[in-house]
Amino acid sequence: MRLFGHRVTILAMLGMLVIIINLVAAIGAPWIAPFDQAEIVGDAWGDPDTDHVYIPLMGLDNLGRDLFSRLIYGARMSIGLSFIITCISFAIGIITGFTAAVLKGWVDTALSRLVDLLLSMPTLIFAFIILSVLGTELPVLITTIAILDSTKVFRLSRALAMNLAALEYVEVARVRGEGLWWVIRKEILPNAMAPLIAEFGLRFSFAFLFIAALSFLGLGVQPPNADWGSMVRDYRDMINLDSTAPLYPAGAIALLTIGVNFVVDWMLAIHSRSHGDG
Amino acid sequence: MSQRPGKSGRIAGENILHVEQLRVEVRTDRGPGPVLVDNVSFDLRRGEVLGLIGESGAGKSTIGLTTLGYTRGGCYITGGKLDFEGRDIRQMSGAERRALRGPGVAYIAQSAAASFNPSHTLMQQVCEIPVKHGIMSMDDARKEAVKLFRELELPNPDTFGNRYPHQVSGGQLQRAMAAMAMAARPDILVFDEPTTALDVTTQVEVLASFRKLIREHGTAAIYITHDLAVVAQIADHIMVLRHGKMVEYGTSDQILQEPRQEYTQRLVADRAAGHTFRDDVASGALPILAVQNVTASYRSLAKVIDGVSVEVRKGDTVAVVGESGSGKSTLARVIIGLLPREAGDIQFQGQSLPPALANRSKDQLRRIQMIYQMPDVALNPNQTLLEIIGRPVQFYFGRSNAEVRRRVLELLHMMDLPEAFITRRPGELSGGQKQRVGIARALAAEPDLIICDEVTSALDQLVGEEILKLLKKLQDDLGLAYLFITHDLGTVKRIANKVAVMLKGKLVAGGETSKVFAPPYHPYTELLLSSVPEMRSDWLDQVLTGRAKTIAAVRAAQVQLPG
Repeated sequence: MRLFGHRVTILAMLGMLVIIINLVAAIGAPWIAPFDQAEIVGDAWGDPDTDHVYIPLMGLDNLGRDLFSRLIYGARMSIGLSFIITCISFAIGIITGFTAAVLKGWVDTALSRLVDLLLSMPTLIFAFIILSVLGTELPVLITTIAILDSTKVFRLSRALAMNLAALEYVEVARVRGEGLWWVIRKEILPNAMAPLIAEFGLRFSFAFLFIAALSFLGLGVQPPNADWGSMVRDYRDMINLDSTAPLYPAGAIALLTIGVNFVVDWMLAIHSRSHGDG
Repeated sequence: MSQRPGKSGRIAGENILHVEQLRVEVRTDRGPGPVLVDNVSFDLRRGEVLGLIGESGAGKSTIGLTTLGYTRGGCYITGGKLDFEGRDIRQMSGAERRALRGPGVAYIAQSAAASFNPSHTLMQQVCEIPVKHGIMSMDDARKEAVKLFRELELPNPDTFGNRYPHQVSGGQLQRAMAAMAMAARPDILVFDEPTTALDVTTQVEVLASFRKLIREHGTAAIYITHDLAVVAQIADHIMVLRHGKMVEYGTSDQILQEPRQEYTQRLVADRAAGHTFRDDVASGALPILAVQNVTASYRSLAKVIDGVSVEVRKGDTVAVVGESGSGKSTLARVIIGLLPREAGDIQFQGQSLPPALANRSKDQLRRIQMIYQMPDVALNPNQTLLEIIGRPVQFYFGRSNAEVRRRVLELLHMMDLPEAFITRRPGELSGGQKQRVGIARALAAEPDLIICDEVTSALDQLVGEEILKLLKKLQDDLGLAYLFITHDLGTVKRIANKVAVMLKGKLVAGGETSKVFAPPYHPYTELLLSSVPEMRSDWLDQVLTGRAKTIAAVRAAQVQLPG
């Protein structure tokens, strides 16, 4: 099989399959899921023999909601959130990082120290404080994680751009009189894509896990909205009661993370090949 | 471990290396790749020096490395024999090959700076091979190293080894590398372009030490270079290679004086061409560019250029020559505004240019363009030639897409590049073609002055020659002025009508080339000129005899310089 003129490896195909299934689930959740995420469909703790409980595909959760439906709605929340967060954090990180590297001087110093300041505090605790103070509405959650995450993107893009900005074709553009935006967008960004794509895949997975961690602690996505992290939290005690409920969201997190990484690996391999030694 | 056959009974003239129908190929995952070395055969006797000469891609380094039983990643020796003292290197086990490298065959690379570990002293690294191979004890190896340092005329040979690689100069490091290679008393030394990265004046000294070393120890050597004049000083036999095949093999004198093959004849003719002056004087009344007493430095360090004045008129080619560290490239950066000047003035078309890039108008920027030394890093690998060459047209003249495209095609045509290249990216071009794209990009801005920063030094000799011809033609057609920064004095003589000689940030001589490069010289100009290798095998001996006096004169003159 070929895609965009490149041969697709088996691992990449597996990764794509995982991503496509998740995307379909995320986008089509209201149509695919048999029940609403908040709908109580049965008595989870009742006796199946006497109470005639309906037992769907994966069973019911601790409140009697359909686990399969919640998993599908969870995909929507988890993937959507991580994707938005990663995109915002990359936009912030790349623009500030490249600007710092190209302009150097006091701009670089100011931005770098600000990032040092943010990085000097443990991310989770920092997020914890902000979310406790400002509340846990989704926009606050997205902005907080995106800004915290962008510090790492800043570091990477600044380092990449530092090396590229020293090359003569960037010098040529500056001597020509091109503005900062052109230099960043046309001369530096295309040549920094390979490591940035890899980082995007990783950061997406991390954002995903970070939301899961926050939700697990009760500061992420709020009930009754389902997301995989809070599902693990909600059901974790059920594992003592011989229930497999927490394993489904946990497995979904692991599966998607691995799938994304397979595809990123494949994209990186293409990128490093097509360049040659120039 | 120290038992190596033949070591005890070294007989001069005895055959030590026999290479027969050597073939090296690239193998990739997708099957066989290009053939790097094809059907090359030669014999090397003790005490004999074989020069391998050719352009990049000729396979000379690949051949040099095979004698160590080594090939670069992805390359394989697929045919032929490589007999070292009667044993085939191809049949050797890994351990045998390791024993061969160092005591049998030793390698001296082009970049000594990249070949030394910066965190060990030179002594530790020179002694490592003989001690590792159990040939000498540490004490003996140290004594031996000091002896080699002395033979190679390194300063303070007794304490030289205590220094770290960054504490010595490039030429000294290259000689230290020769000491490292010689430490285990190898039968064959492989020199891979050891003087290419050095300045001409340093090259003479390093070359002389290498020759002395080889002669005194009677070691056989393979000397790889692209410069016929250099190899002529040191080699007994020369093999000319092209595209992995042998073109011609003969004694040095025969190759230099009566080359038989057409390719060798072209190489010799081009190399010897640097003896006629270009002496036309440009007509422009007002200088396009007048650099007046300019001083500049990086941060607060010592002045990199100090009170330099240069004038360029329409139709002029002004060469700025000097060795590395003379400030010639810094001068270019100051003129284009990347490094703001600290004192003095730069007048362009009669108007003073603002020191910093940011304060110059779009038109001022357009009128001075630059062509770079390394076309690889001067062209954005992710852009097509349409984008690379078209951007200045669009940026400075605000043309429509169709007009930009037409202009790019016109420029490609002027560069003798096919129109189909418009959609290509730099990675799909050869070095010479990339440099043509760099020229086209500069021309796209329709400048008055083009600064050429060592534009031919990264190119092969014949390719560089084509580029120079193209530049000359463009000058005649368009009336351009060039400021030509170079260390290659042969080029200067042919293309520049004016020259400025720089030494340690100061101008020591300047004016018309035919006057600056003729007696009475400034002593430094004389030193530079005499250091350019010439195409005769007795050149080095002649230069060395008169050299001490010239160097003393330079030292004396330097004291007299202001500041």
